[in-house]
Order: sequence, then structure tokens, then C-alpha cells
Amino acid sequence: MTSHELILASALLAVLSGVPAALLSKRSNMSQALATLILLCANGIGLLAVYRWWVDGAIAPLSFPAPIPGVSVSVAIDAISVCFLLPILVVTSMATIYGLQYWKQSEHEDNGRGVSLFLGAMTGAMTLIVVAHDGLMFLAAWETMAISGLFLVATEDHISETRKAAWLYIAASHFATLCAFGVFALLYAINGSWDFDTLKTTGTPMAFAMAALAFFGFGTKAGIMPMHIWLPSAHAQAPSHVSAVMSGVLLKMGVYGIVRVSTFYAEIPLSWALFVLVMGTSTAILGIAFAIGQQDIKRALAYSSIENIGIITIGLGLALLGRATGQPQWAFLGVCGMILHVWNHALFKSLLFFGAGSVIHGVGTRDMESMGGLSKHMPKTATCFLVGAVAICGLPPLNGFVSEILIYLGLFRIATSPETLASAAVFAAPGLALVGALACACFVKIYGLVFLGAPRSEHAAQTHEAGSAMCVPMMILAGCCALIGVVPLVAAPLLDRVAAGWNGDAAVAFKLIEEAPLQMLSVIAALIAVLLLAGAGFLLMRGIRRAPSGLTWDCGYAAPSSRMQYSSSSFAEMLVKLFGWALQPNVERPKITELFPQNVEFDSHVNDTVLHKLVLPTTRAVTWCFSWGRYLQSGSLQAYLMYILVVVVFLLLWR
Amino acid sequence: MFENLSIYTLVHIVVALVFPPFLLGVINRVKAIVGGRRGQPLLQTYFDLRKLFSKDSVFSETTTWVFRFGPVVSLTTAFVAVMIVPLGEANAPLAFTGDLILLAYVLGLGRFFTMAAALDTGSAFEGMGSAREATYACLAEPVMFLGLLVLARVTGTLSMSGLLGTGLLEGWGGAAASLILIMVSWFIVLLVENSRVPFDDPNTHLELTMIHEVMVLDHSGPAFGLILYGAAIKLFVFAALIVRLALPIHTGYAALDWSIFLAGTVVVAMLIGLVESIMARLRLPSIPNLLVGAGVLSLFSMILVLVKL
Repeated sequence: MTSHELILASALLAVLSGVPAALLSKRSNMSQALATLILLCANGIGLLAVYRWWVDGAIAPLSFPAPIPGVSVSVAIDAISVCFLLPILVVTSMATIYGLQYWKQSEHEDNGRGVSLFLGAMTGAMTLIVVAHDGLMFLAAWETMAISGLFLVATEDHISETRKAAWLYIAASHFATLCAFGVFALLYAINGSWDFDTLKTTGTPMAFAMAALAFFGFGTKAGIMPMHIWLPSAHAQAPSHVSAVMSGVLLKMGVYGIVRVSTFYAEIPLSWALFVLVMGTSTAILGIAFAIGQQDIKRALAYSSIENIGIITIGLGLALLGRATGQPQWAFLGVCGMILHVWNHALFKSLLFFGAGSVIHGVGTRDMESMGGLSKHMPKTATCFLVGAVAICGLPPLNGFVSEILIYLGLFRIATSPETLASAAVFAAPGLALVGALACACFVKIYGLVFLGAPRSEHAAQTHEAGSAMCVPMMILAGCCALIGVVPLVAAPLLDRVAAGWNGDAAVAFKLIEEAPLQMLSVIAALIAVLLLAGAGFLLMRGIRRAPSGLTWDCGYAAPSSRMQYSSSSFAEMLVKLFGWALQPNVERPKITELFPQNVEFDSHVNDTVLHKLVLPTTRAVTWCFSWGRYLQSGSLQAYLMYILVVVVFLLLWR
Repeated sequence: MFENLSIYTLVHIVVALVFPPFLLGVINRVKAIVGGRRGQPLLQTYFDLRKLFSKDSVFSETTTWVFRFGPVVSLTTAFVAVMIVPLGEANAPLAFTGDLILLAYVLGLGRFFTMAAALDTGSAFEGMGSAREATYACLAEPVMFLGLLVLARVTGTLSMSGLLGTGLLEGWGGAAASLILIMVSWFIVLLVENSRVPFDDPNTHLELTMIHEVMVLDHSGPAFGLILYGAAIKLFVFAALIVRLALPIHTGYAALDWSIFLAGTVVVAMLIGLVESIMARLRLPSIPNLLVGAGVLSLFSMILVLVKL
């Protein structure tokens, strides 16, 4: 079988993976095990397809007739497809294994089978999206993905918050789909064919409209600010393994859409590249600033996904800038950094969502203010989460650093070139530095509040470690993060191919190993490891194991309690204030009137500014305007007959 | 990758390991003289380190391995950083294209674990210190990167050894104004990154007002020794950046180069001591203003070189 037939088989099997389970008993865990097994097989076939593509190279697209008469659709695998396909296969496999224990069928009789069904459907649909070679196939798969996503978000639809999140998700999703329809309709109008191909004419208003629709439509799916409004609540309300898939790969489908459409353009105007860079930088900075203000662990992780989409967008902007100014080196570094960050984010963000899931499973709440000290009870989860947290901050020697250094190198290359028009782009570098420092603050806060210190509630004090089906996927993902970080060379061959594929022939001359200090990163990682071991050995030799223990020093105060610890809001207070112009925090301070005040409450939380200050008021205003139309709908038959008469008379007079 | 390995690498490592605590002694001596006192011995930090390394430790019951491991990470990262920055010779032992990004991020790794170790104690004091450190780092990091960008544009290289190498001499001819602005803002970054006055007072006695010292309040014995040593190396790294920025000369005589460089770091330490003697610590809410000010200076400097070259 060719790689195309294999990938179609994989997608079909994945879409159907939950169907047999749906026919089995809802009380038995067998159905879930069966669905998991089928999905793993499907993903295995997908990996086989990737292997065939690697060996055989690109082959002609495979066309077959669509269910609509007279229309045929086609699939094709190229390097870009493979780069987005790999995270889909890895993350969904890990998620379905994790779900075996996290969302046990026997504990979730009502919705367990639904989760299996739609998780499989979403996996298959995403696989089809990245291999689709024409607009029709793409749209069909896109809509399947969006709808399965809706059912996954709405898994716990007895909770009103969940229903709200699902509504918001579907509204945003429909906006994205509408734009996607526009994109491919314009593609057809320009090229006269649905096939993915370079545009015949660029520089026309139609080509511009297509690019704009693609950026804003796919950007909505990806979560580029200010189109991110659906993302935090959907990620928070979905089951954690679903959030992992959504954040790890579903958002990347939006990125894929933008990247794919960018290949249709033979030339990229400089202004587009700069616009994408500005959007990416602002998305990254504001995304992580919002993350710092959150108390809900999953909302914080969701906002951090927005930040990472921003970093990916900066990489894309850099690549476009390289194309626009004829600097293939920038484009090469931009594409490699972007694609590597897509992989990295898929790895560490799904790891973090799994970790959050284990915590929620143990403590029974998403509120970080009632966690603390969990690493004593769940050491494996805590260690895996720490790996994810260090990786997502882009710190060496883990994988996040590798992708960020590629993007930085590209931005610094701009600074060293005499090109003046493009040089405004260098300001993305200090922006990225700010993002790195903010991410550090955010993830120290999350890790510290959840896993370190003393427990802030009864539940946190009595939590339990996650089972092995939950721990093993986390360990595998943490291992992948460490592997790419310590030996980044493993990623180089595929990155070389995708950069050459995206950029045309100009990039073929570049090899990542020559453009970036990949071997030195391994040397540094080894040096760090040796020094850490030496330091730890020194402390062990000095007897820290036998050291006596006492209370934490609290300036002589004799009865410290866990409530006296720094809380999530207090840790974030200064940063939330610095970004107050964007975050608009809701702070309710107690008014102290009496001499001996009792039981006052302080509350501070950060809502989504775009959603609560812009979108919701606008939709309310629009609804109010349309409500005037209801006067026409009085419900009396006479009135309706009257309308008909008026219209008929009007038409008679008109002609 | 070992082409740089030579006698200079050995000298680099020895100086980087032995010299940094001396700078803390210089700062204290300057403060003492300005304050009309005689002051501690110049080598006091070495005595302190020896004392701490031979002591036993006490650990809080709340803490986990993160607390015990934090000091090791902060020393390790400081050491990796000092291996990237060129000192007395032309090239640092770990010089490669893109090492400037590693320099900033490896120090970030150290900061991550220092802050996590602080939160591990479960005390509000350590929480405050860690929140402040996180906040000020967010403001200092972009300033650092703007400076790196300016130097990259002036010298046309992407390695610390190139950035602060002889190529900078031409920069002093053509873009002196930008470089002076960068020097000023990097000095401010030095003060905040190493928790000196006016951002933090390392000698204060009130936990509520501290940043770095309050984060390491609960560490004791050898672990605290590692932290102190790591902090000295970090100060040395930042001092080295400023000295190399001001004097990117390479005479060809190793002994002379090293003497000029070490004398330069002592001058930077004396400057820090003078700043600490004549300034009071800023109120915490006004610290961001100073850092944003430094950011604006480096933005000016960036715009100057963008327009000029």
C-alpha cells in the first residue's frame, strides 16, 4: 500500500474507533478498552504511512470520487502534512491511554462512550485535514473535527458552565468554518479548481481577501488574540485528556490552515509578514499575562496555549518576512522554529494537561487556591509536571529552549543584516524575552501553588497518586521533551525537509545543523547534568539526608498555618497590576467601617477582557436591536394576513 | 568543538571559580569607607563560604527535594553562564553562534528553581520574595535583550565572544552614544538581577522588604553556601559584561589583558558600592518605573543603531 492509502485507512479506522464501543454495555470498561485499542491501531497505521512517505518520498496525489456526483477529492502527503500529523498521532494515542483511568467507562456511564466515539472521530478528522489536497476534502474534515470537538467540550453538559463553554466554542468554530468556506471559494474563483495549488494571480483584492479570511478564520481556531475568546472556557470545561488533545493538536489545525494557505502565494508582501509578527508578539505577551491572573489551573494552561500559539505565529511571521525580503535564511529559521515549537507545545502542553488532570482527579477541584503540597502524595505526577513546566518556559536543557533559540536566531539575523525596512521586526526579540520571563513567573506560580508548600485544603492533604495508565503517558511525554532538548539533532532531518518544502528551492541549501548550534546544545545539556550531579553529590556528602528538620522560619511566629502561605492572587498581584490596562482585573476589596471588623472577604480575579468587555456587550446590543423585530411576530393570524396584503399591494405598485 | 581548549580555558575556569567572592568584599569595603567605618576584610566572603560549607543544615518539614536541589541549580546555571561570557581572553570556552540566548535563558533556569525552592517552604515571606523576583525579571529581561540586539547589530556577530570582542572597537567609533546607553541600562540590570540597592538591600533586617535574601531565608549550611557562591558568580558575570562592553581591547599580551579585565570588574564593584552608599532603597511600587526607564533607554539606543547603519 502507498502512504496515501495507509493514511486514509488510518483516518477511517480512527473515525470509526468508537462505534463498536457504542454498541456495548455502558457499565463495562471493555468497550472503552476496545475503542482505545482500535484508535491505537489506527494511529499505528498512520505512523506506518509516515514511514512510507519518508522512504518513498512525495508521490502524486491520490484522487477518488466524492459522494457528490461529478466531484472528486484528493489526498496528498507532503512534509508540512507530516509535521502536523506526527503530533496528532502521538498526542491522541497518549490521551486515549490516559483516558482509560481518568475517564473510566464504569465511573462515567452516561458520557464515557461518547467521549471515546468523538475522540476517535476528531482524531480521524484531523488526520484528514492535514492530508487533504483540495478545498472540499478539507472543509468536510474540518467540519467533522469542529462538531466532534463540540460534543467533547459538552461532555459534562449537566453543568451550566459547560453548556456556556460549548455554545461559545460552537459559535467561534462556526465563524472559523465560515471563513474557511470563504477561503476555498476564493481559491476556486481564482484558480478554477478546488485543488491546493499556487495562486494564478496575486496582488488582486481577491487574493488579499483570501489571505485575510485565512488569517482570521484559522486564527480563531488557533487562538490568536483577539479571536481566542472560546479557548479558555472550552479547555477548562472539557475532560482533561480532551483538553490535552485540544490544546496539543486541535489548535495546531488552525496554524496548519494558515501555513497551508501561505504556500499558495508565490510572493508575500512585507506588510503581511510584519502584521503576522505583530499579532504573534501581542498574542504571546497578552496570552501569558492572562495566564498569570488565573486561579483555575486549566484556564491558566489554556491561556498559556494562547501564548505558545503566539510564539508559533512569531516563527511564521519570521518565515514570511524571509520570503517577503528574499532572505531564505530567515525563512528557514522561522519555519524550523515554528514547526519545532508546534511539536514541542504538543508534547509539553498535553503533559501539563495530563498532570492537571491527575491533580483534579486527586483533589476534586480546579481551583489552585485550595491545592498545595501535592508533590508529597503524588511524586510521579509532580516530577512530570515539573519537566513540562520547565520545558514550556523555554529553559535549557529541555525542548522549549531549542525551538525558541531557532526563532531568536532568525530575529537576531535580522538585526545583523543591513536591510532597513524589515528591521522593525527585531523588536519581536525583546518581546519574546518578556514572554519567556512571564512564562517563568506563571509556571513557577502554578507548580509552586499546586505541588509545593503546605496543603491549603482537606482534600489536598489526602490526595492520591494517579494510576499507571495516567502516569505512563506523562512519563513518555516528559521523556520526549527531554530527548528533543538534549539531542535536538533528532528533529533536524524532518525540519530540513519541511523548510525546503515550504520555502521552495531557496531553502534546500540550508541545513539546520549548520544554521543552529544543535551539537553545542547537547554539550551544554551534558555539562548541566554533570554539574547538577556533582552539586547534589556534594550536598549528599555533607549529610543533607541526615539533617534534622524543623518548622519553616516565620520570624519567630509560633503557629504558622497553611492559610498564611502566599496565594495565587497574591503571587500574581504585581504582574496583574502591571498589565492592568489589558487584564482589567475584578478586585473587590472589603470596606472596613467598624472598629473591630470581622469576616471580611477579598476577591480578585481576571476575566477575559475581549469576551467580557467587547464580544458579550456587542452580542447583547445586537440581540437587543433584533428584538425589535419581534413586534412583527405578534402571533395573531389577522396580522400575518395583513402583512401579506401589504407586501402584495407594494409589489403591484412597484411594477 | 574543543579548538578553544587551551591554557586560557583553564585560566578562565580558575578565575571564574576563585575571583567572584572577592567582588562582594570590594563592595562591602567601599560601603564601609564611605560610611566612615573600617569594614570587613576584603576576603570575608571566602571565610563565610568556608564556614557555611563546614556547617550542618536544618530543613523545614514542609520542604521537598526541590528545596534541597534549588541551590545546586542556581550555582550550576551561574557556572554555565560564566563559561559563555568572555573574560580576559578573546573567546570564552563555550563560545558558539547563539550563545547569547543561552546566557539569558540559563540564568532563567537558575531563577526558576530559586523561586520554586522559595515557594517550597510554604512561608508567606518566601512567597513575597519569589513573586517580586518573578515580576522584576519580566522587566529586566527585555532590557537585556535590547542590549544584545544593539551589540549584534554593531558587531554583526551572534556570539557573546564576538559581541564583546574587538569588533566592538569600531562600534565605539561609530555608535558610541548607543553603547553608552546600553552600558547604563545594563548596569541597572546588574543591580536588579543581583538584588542590589536601589532594588533590594542585601543587608536589611526586615524580611518584608527583601527580594533575594528573603527567598533563601530558610536555606542553611552548605546549601546556603552554594547560593552565596552562585550569587557571587552571577554578579561577576554581569560585571564582566559591562567591563567587556567598555573595554573590548585585546593587546595580545595575556597577562595584560587579564589584569585590565580584573581591574575593570573591581571598578564595577566599587561603582556598585558607591551606588549603595549614596542611594536609599526604592519603594517597591516605584521599582518598575526605573526598570521601564532602563527599557526606554535601550529602545532609544536600538533606534539609533537601526537608523544609522
